Amino acid sequence: MEALLNDFSPGLFIVQTILLLALIGLMVKFAWKPILNSLNERESGIEDALAAAENARKEMQNLQADNAKLVKEARAERDAMMKEARDIRDKMIAEAKEDAKEVTTKLIENAQASIVQEKQAALAEIKKNVAELSIGIAESVIKKELSNKKDQLKLVEGILKDVTLN
Amino acid sequence: MKIAQKTIKFLLIAAITLFTSVGFASGSDKKHDNQNDGGRVNTKEEVEAYIKHHVKDSHDFSLYSYTGDDGKRHHVGFPLPVILWTSEGLVTFMSSEFHHNDDGHVIVEKKGLKFAKIHSKIYELDKGAATVSFDDTHHATNAHKVLDFSITKSVVGMLLVGLLLFFWFSRLAKQYKTKKIPTGFSRVLEPLVLYVRDEIAKPNIGAKHYRRFTGYLLTVFFFIWALNLLGMMPFGFNVTGQIAVTAALAIFTLVIYSVSGTKGYWMHMVWMPGVPVLIRPVLAIIELAGAMLIKPFSLLVRLFANITAGHIVVMSLIAIMFTLKQSIGVAGATFLSVVLSFLIILIEVLVAFLQAYIFTMLSALFIGMAVEDHDEHH
Repeated sequence: MEALLNDFSPGLFIVQTILLLALIGLMVKFAWKPILNSLNERESGIEDALAAAENARKEMQNLQADNAKLVKEARAERDAMMKEARDIRDKMIAEAKEDAKEVTTKLIENAQASIVQEKQAALAEIKKNVAELSIGIAESVIKKELSNKKDQLKLVEGILKDVTLN
Repeated sequence: MKIAQKTIKFLLIAAITLFTSVGFASGSDKKHDNQNDGGRVNTKEEVEAYIKHHVKDSHDFSLYSYTGDDGKRHHVGFPLPVILWTSEGLVTFMSSEFHHNDDGHVIVEKKGLKFAKIHSKIYELDKGAATVSFDDTHHATNAHKVLDFSITKSVVGMLLVGLLLFFWFSRLAKQYKTKKIPTGFSRVLEPLVLYVRDEIAKPNIGAKHYRRFTGYLLTVFFFIWALNLLGMMPFGFNVTGQIAVTAALAIFTLVIYSVSGTKGYWMHMVWMPGVPVLIRPVLAIIELAGAMLIKPFSLLVRLFANITAGHIVVMSLIAIMFTLKQSIGVAGATFLSVVLSFLIILIEVLVAFLQAYIFTMLSALFIGMAVEDHDEHH
């Protein structure tokens, strides 16, 4: 311990303190500060670049996803359009069928109605004819009744024959 | 023969120390009674004295020394300025005026004051004394130490490392102005800065406060690491093995965590909530001692002891070359010495980093403890 203290040189201690102070001051001002600042700058630059690259990658991915989405959407739209077209076509066909059916039904109905009408008209004419005939017969009968009964029957018979011939 | 011996010695050492070692060029002037031994370091005692001398700070920058043909000691290196604050005020001269004498025999006279250098410390002689007289334990009796602001070898090392760090890192800072990724040597420095920031400052202080202290931690980390590595090189710097240097570093950390300590930190230290009132003063003493003495002391002693021990071990292993020369021969001793010192130097290179890391990590930890939010502590 005594040897240690004897070795201790106060002058050297003071010189060293001054030199170290000067060295720290100079190094901090001219070396460490610019070096550490540059290193920090560079590190943050690298970090930024990495982040930018990551962002670009993500954007790319998003873009690709968007593209895929767009393609999918387009496909879906096309499908929808085709489906719509098909639907429209089917609908049109169905409608046309319906219309046609309706028209035929109407025509048939019309035809039936006119048949019925003709039939009724024919029946009415027949009735009229029968009535006229009956009135004619009755007239003749009444006219001949007065002469002889036998003639009357003959007459009726002849008229009826005419009628059936008709 | 002497020259040949010296040359072989020097070449061997140069080979070993080329990368990592501590300079072990022979020197002689550390023992007060070795004036006649020709400056060689051969015996165990001489090696011990040599090592002791070389882990200390030095007023000269000596590369190596040798004994010339004329039998004189020659020192290769250069002198450093000596700056003293004495009883007469500031005194400056070059360390060469001591002529590499370290035992107080050479007296330098300036401003009417006499100075002597004893064991790397400069003493001012008392008035009227012409030479230094020693007592039995080899302590100077008629001289006292002066405040020594000299540009010693450690100061040169610190200035060198400071300039290098400033040059390297300001260049790195400048590179960011023109490019995102630094090139050349700066590319090596950048991960180290990131390492200190992400592995030391952030985890220990927390993401919220770390930025304020990162400048200090970075400076200290690179300062200690570079000085530790400088200490492994052949010039024999032992800056982080100077207790004054590590003490200054530790006190910086102490001041930083004391000044930036939150109210919660101080409250927990001096008046611990949640314990009986009677125990609180006792705890306060323990806590204050821990924060004010034990923490900085552990920092300064750990660094100082590790680095000094490393230097001593390396030099001792190199010294095997001379101490075991008799028993296992020159080749055997040299081989053993080279292998062992090479291995230990590898470990020392690791220790150089490890101690810088531990000092910085513990500083960050202490700062982190002082600035953490104490709201949810219990």
